[in-house]
Amino acid sequence: MNAGYLGRRLINAILLLVGISFFSFALLQLAPGDFFDQMRMNPRISASTVEGLRAQYGLDRPLLLRYERWLGSILRGDLGFSLAYNSPVGPLLKARARNTLLLTATAALLAWALAIPIGISGAASHGKWSGRITGLATSTLMTVPDLLLFLGLLLLAVRTGWFPAGGMISPDLENADLWHQAKDLALHLFLPSFGLALVTLPTLVRHIRSAMIEALHSPFVRAARGHGIPRRRLLFRYALPVAANPLTSLFGFSVATMLSASLLVEVILSWPGLGPLLLEATLTKDIYVVVGIVMLSAVFLIAGNLLADLLLFASDPRIRVE
Amino acid sequence: MKQRYKLRTAFILLAAVHAAVVFAGFLAPYGFADQDRELPFAPPTRLHFFGAHGGFRPRPFVYGLAADPSRPNVYTIDTAEEHPIHFFVAGAPYRIAGLIPARIHFFGVEDSGRILLFGSDAYGRDQFSRFLYGGQLSLLAGLLAAAISVTMGMFFGGLAGFYGGWIDEALMRGGDLFLALPWLYLLFAVRAALPLHVSQRQVFLLLVAVMGLLGWARPARLIRGVALSAKERNFVLAARGFGASNAYLLRRHVLPQAYSVVLTQLTLLIPQYILAEVTLTFLGLGVGEPMASWGSLLSSLQQYYVLASYWWMFLPALFLMPLFLAYFAAADALQERLKAVPL
Repeated sequence: MNAGYLGRRLINAILLLVGISFFSFALLQLAPGDFFDQMRMNPRISASTVEGLRAQYGLDRPLLLRYERWLGSILRGDLGFSLAYNSPVGPLLKARARNTLLLTATAALLAWALAIPIGISGAASHGKWSGRITGLATSTLMTVPDLLLFLGLLLLAVRTGWFPAGGMISPDLENADLWHQAKDLALHLFLPSFGLALVTLPTLVRHIRSAMIEALHSPFVRAARGHGIPRRRLLFRYALPVAANPLTSLFGFSVATMLSASLLVEVILSWPGLGPLLLEATLTKDIYVVVGIVMLSAVFLIAGNLLADLLLFASDPRIRVE
Repeated sequence: MKQRYKLRTAFILLAAVHAAVVFAGFLAPYGFADQDRELPFAPPTRLHFFGAHGGFRPRPFVYGLAADPSRPNVYTIDTAEEHPIHFFVAGAPYRIAGLIPARIHFFGVEDSGRILLFGSDAYGRDQFSRFLYGGQLSLLAGLLAAAISVTMGMFFGGLAGFYGGWIDEALMRGGDLFLALPWLYLLFAVRAALPLHVSQRQVFLLLVAVMGLLGWARPARLIRGVALSAKERNFVLAARGFGASNAYLLRRHVLPQAYSVVLTQLTLLIPQYILAEVTLTFLGLGVGEPMASWGSLLSSLQQYYVLASYWWMFLPALFLMPLFLAYFAAADALQERLKAVPL
């Protein structure tokens, strides 16, 4: 039964990806206007030249044929052809996707590492003044628009000079040794990942706190308290494993929020990830790049949800015997 | 008891913000496109009650600004020039709520002076006026898009939950496609499919439609759940027994059960869509110059020199926080209150 559960999730994920790929591809292909629109406006380029170019890149073929060819190019790792960069999309996205993954993974680690202790202490001090302050701080942080948060971080970098204002690698360190490069990368990584972590932090803290409060109020914890089990042991050995269950599905959700927010943080703090490339491709109608990035983001999100399912599978015996 | 005050405070605050934005023309001393090329990046104007040599003035006034000829965008306060603030003054013509022409402004100074409560931007436009006018676009975008999402959610969610079977399966799998993408990526993809060079009005409507249409899946899921349980309720079965048609049952008995979900979803979605509009306009995919939206007010901060030198360009973003706080508080209070009401 348990292998069936995982297999079902996996098949579901693959079907979802195929569906998304077809819809995003069809949407962008059927859209009015294409990459060569700008050229058409230019009186010095004749209409037949533009038509020739469209034919050369296969833009005049029927939709299903192009979809089929595109699927073929995915298998080759090309993911279509970028007209703006005049190169296959796959290699173009590889470095970008790596950077985005690095950023979001760091941010996710940071956010959970901060949220779990804050949430637990918030639950432990529920109804007291210290608990109120935690609640107030998280709801205040929730009202800060992402945009303001990221711009504030950029301002911090520009005004204080403690952190590099954007980018990923300092240009003068390209040939430095590994240790200096890693230090440089960490310094660049700090602001965007911290900003991203702050975006998801309030939601995580609120969920962790309420899950913990619920667990702490359940009869078996009260029974354990009645037996005189110390508070610390109650919190971590009794309540936390129970509260962890709903939190695992929260993990998948936090991946989605983080991917969306990372797009913005990458543009504002000029992190060379998928975000700036997607913005650029959107503005130039470089459709294969757009489709490629959208597909990648879907893969990340689905992988995050699958990971959450796996964690749940590992942590909750009820799913295994179901 | 406490919850009631929370909801009331949130609603009063929301009503005040929306009224201020609807009557932006009246409250704003200048139009959203009124430039003053002599005063780019002027700092926020301070109100004074005491003259330079003492002496209390019952009517507050502002000092004139003189540009420093040696340095660009640096101003000195000219204490010799006092411009008293007048209320209900005639000024630039505008339309109340976009309909009734008027020229009376709530406050202003005479023509030789300028009152810039939030400072001015690169073209010397009053940021306070642009903030109020910008709210018209941003709030409207949020309201419209949320209304579209929730209406679609009601329609599809109601159908899926009520009929079940293959309709349910097809609609919910379709919804999964929308939920499986991070929403900002999804918005970008659809925005990329739409024409870039169209009129301001079209850009705005496109943006609203895209945001609204892409967000239907989450409310649909929730409303499906409500419909699923509602169709088994005894009064629904009774009505069916009396020969009520499916459409009638859905309209009169099932969907009204979803009103609490609809209300909380609206209060949750509106701020989310306001933020989405702000973000997309900030990135250059929304309305362009000279129109004001909260996103376009902030987009000048993408230039480092603006970000580092002119702190007042952050003011519009700071003033968004109480608005979001009010929306979140309203959603919170509604959720708790409606949970307590047995249906």
